[in-house]
Amino acid sequence: MTATTINPVSGHHVSGGPSHDLSQAQLQAAFYDLDEHDHPEGGSTMLGFWMYLMSDCLIFAMLFAAYGVLGGSFAAGPGPKDLFELPLVALNTAMLLFSSITYGFAMLAMEKGGKGATQMWLLVTAVFGAAFLCIELYEFTTLIHEGATPMRSGFLTAFFSLVGTHGLHVTFGLIWLFTLVVQVGKKGLIPANKRRLMCLSLFWHFLDVIWIGVFTFVYLMGML
Amino acid sequence: MSSDHAHPNPHAVDHHDEHGGGHGSMREYIVGFLLSVVLTAIPFWLVMTGAIPDKQTTALVIMAFAIVQIVVHMIYFLHMNTKSENGWTVMALIFTIVIVVIALSGSLWVMYHLNHNMMPMSHDMSQVP
Repeated sequence: MTATTINPVSGHHVSGGPSHDLSQAQLQAAFYDLDEHDHPEGGSTMLGFWMYLMSDCLIFAMLFAAYGVLGGSFAAGPGPKDLFELPLVALNTAMLLFSSITYGFAMLAMEKGGKGATQMWLLVTAVFGAAFLCIELYEFTTLIHEGATPMRSGFLTAFFSLVGTHGLHVTFGLIWLFTLVVQVGKKGLIPANKRRLMCLSLFWHFLDVIWIGVFTFVYLMGML
Repeated sequence: MSSDHAHPNPHAVDHHDEHGGGHGSMREYIVGFLLSVVLTAIPFWLVMTGAIPDKQTTALVIMAFAIVQIVVHMIYFLHMNTKSENGWTVMALIFTIVIVVIALSGSLWVMYHLNHNMMPMSHDMSQVP
């Protein structure tokens, strides 16, 4: 250790001088890696966003649990068979499924670097997402006009909370989607925008996964 | 995961250096979509036509279809695999599934007797002011 020494804390090579003064105890403590690594910008975003989705999953699990507990408490009010229209739900499901595949096409266009194609597929996705929301709002207004408001029974409270929370997620997904269309238009498919599109892709497909649970447990099982 | 981002052509950068997961291919999306359509259509058909007379059997069958479809979405649309982010996405997913199963089954189990000690009510609640 005469010419160059490795600084135990920063890992950088330092030449001679003060490092000779390091005591033996300090050198042993150097097993702790306190050095700041070189993290690429946004390198942990995808994992972080996945963690968010998993916690969102827990929110929906609680709402499903509430529906499971309260789903039979009609308070002598209307039940699922009086209220739900399966053809409408099937149409809604189709809209969400179409929006999922068109978002997939947007991701493929993004990979090829086609800016215009990416924006076009994003807008197609937005049309299907908006159609989903319109059908859901139509269903909600019909229910409320029939007197099946969230205040009517425990079943309806749980129903509106669960399906409404999902609809709210789709609404925010749409706002995010339009934001990204504008951002891609202004700055192009830069790495930051690609990362954002990847996150929204996870979010959008995740909402479709939640909808599978909704149409199976709420609508289909309710009509049995 | 290379930290060298000073690539001459940004489009040529291997997309695997930004994150662990893949994007999937056209084939993958089409297969996932077709599977989803089939896995959605069958439960709707079962319930709307009442093809299986026994309700409990129908419920179990459509639940099985839902679980299969969720797995299909995870693989073909969310591109889940055990290697992305060094396996941390799968670890987080498994942890979430454990919590969800405990919360759901626990809630249903504990609250199953929710209405047991209620007064029996045979009259119509809608006539109560």
